[in-house]
Amino acid sequence: MRYSGFKVFTEGLTGNKGWKPVWRDPKPKSEYDIVLIGGGGHGLSTAYYLAKNHGLTNIAVLEKGYIGGGNVGRNTTIVRANYSLPGNSEFYSHSLKLWENLESELNYNVMHSQRGLINLFHSDGQRDAFARRGNAMINQGDDAILLDREGVRQHLPYLDFDNIRFPVYGGLLHPRGGTARHDAVAWGYARGADKRGVDLIQNCEVTGIDIEGGQVRGVRTSRGVIRAKKVAMVAAGRSGQVAAMAGMRLPIESHILQAFVTEGLKPVIHHVVSFGMGHFYISQSDKGGLVFGGDLDFYSSYAQRGNLPMKEHVMEAAMTLMPMIGKARVLRSWGGIMDMSPDGSPIIDKTHIDGLFVNCGWNYGGFKAVPASGWAYAHLIATGEPHETAKRYRLDRFRTGRGIMDEEGTGSQHNLH
Amino acid sequence: MRLICPHCGERDRREFTYQGAAEILDRPSREVGNDDWADYLHLRENPAGETKDMWYHDPCGAWIVVHRDTVTHAVHSGELASEVRK
Repeated sequence: MRYSGFKVFTEGLTGNKGWKPVWRDPKPKSEYDIVLIGGGGHGLSTAYYLAKNHGLTNIAVLEKGYIGGGNVGRNTTIVRANYSLPGNSEFYSHSLKLWENLESELNYNVMHSQRGLINLFHSDGQRDAFARRGNAMINQGDDAILLDREGVRQHLPYLDFDNIRFPVYGGLLHPRGGTARHDAVAWGYARGADKRGVDLIQNCEVTGIDIEGGQVRGVRTSRGVIRAKKVAMVAAGRSGQVAAMAGMRLPIESHILQAFVTEGLKPVIHHVVSFGMGHFYISQSDKGGLVFGGDLDFYSSYAQRGNLPMKEHVMEAAMTLMPMIGKARVLRSWGGIMDMSPDGSPIIDKTHIDGLFVNCGWNYGGFKAVPASGWAYAHLIATGEPHETAKRYRLDRFRTGRGIMDEEGTGSQHNLH
Repeated sequence: MRLICPHCGERDRREFTYQGAAEILDRPSREVGNDDWADYLHLRENPAGETKDMWYHDPCGAWIVVHRDTVTHAVHSGELASEVRK
């Protein structure tokens, strides 16, 4: 079924009886050309682009839970391309271009809203750093505008500009940055992949990876053995457990990152605002809730919920930046499992096992990467060669020391990002 | 989450700084090659469930190996790193 305004209209007149489930619920076959382990955003977009760009459709996406139930439904929905290092810069730039065409590409309303993202700064030194970042973004072909204090005031009049510790000096505006509805991204890619013949198999946990003579042969799952010529791991926070089935250890620690949402309010915050000094960022969902978050809890965890000290810190940062938020009531908080790499940048690569691929290390920035990650991973799986935009995301960069991408400049070792 | 300091007993998580997996105590010998050192520095078991990791207790300065669960956040025990390394 193709979605359109006309379809919504006619369904409205006929009791909305024509809407059908948008993907099948197939039983796993005994053999596929390609098996993807993980039905999150990246797994679904990989399946979609394998079918769309490379004509490969004998593919299964194996999902332990349900589509949209993992990190793709737990993030804070921000889409941006404000990276400065070669490697990250071209990758996220490509991703933002894919986002801008995603709704017509998928015939699905992902509610991509380019409302503008503002990174605030509070000192001359920070201003210099953001000017440099903005120049890098412009050099990449993306957009950045350095705002002074009055420029920020025009966009965000509600901030505490004269905060004694963090007075607002200005901000870097990325007009094409914004948000999207995360569930719809998962559903849109799932529908697109299914329509092209990909089997999306939910409630199917991979329990083993079969390897013979250095070549991958398939996987064992809670729903039986599935043979495959190629197996691609794309399990985000759970990457460590999946890789362990292939006898591998990864340069990944899984950490907890919390997010929060308030009750629904009338439109009040029209941008994505990030307050780096307080590790705080916020936007308002189309439903009205203020969606915000902070930094990692900073200990390895798979709990999908955090502890109170970070909640307290995030609330304090929110009150520091925008005292008006004290009137809003927090409705919910939750956590997501982040696959943290030593340098804070991702990995899209082959492994030492023939036919086994790895995609992980998205840290706390995986959502905006969903289109480009799938695009590049599909290219790697289909052709055996890294895609132009992701050729620096090598697994061996920590071993060789070549091509480390430490965007924050804090050092390339665990616990620094 | 409350962690256990062998000197001070059960204390609030805010008093501690996380220092990563206790795998860092298994330091390779100087004779082994670069690959073993690279693995030691970067690769992690990253277990879902029982784990041992390093925490620094800021008030008393103790390095502690904490035995805890990464799925439930249960904390089982804390031992001085100097005792564990013996």
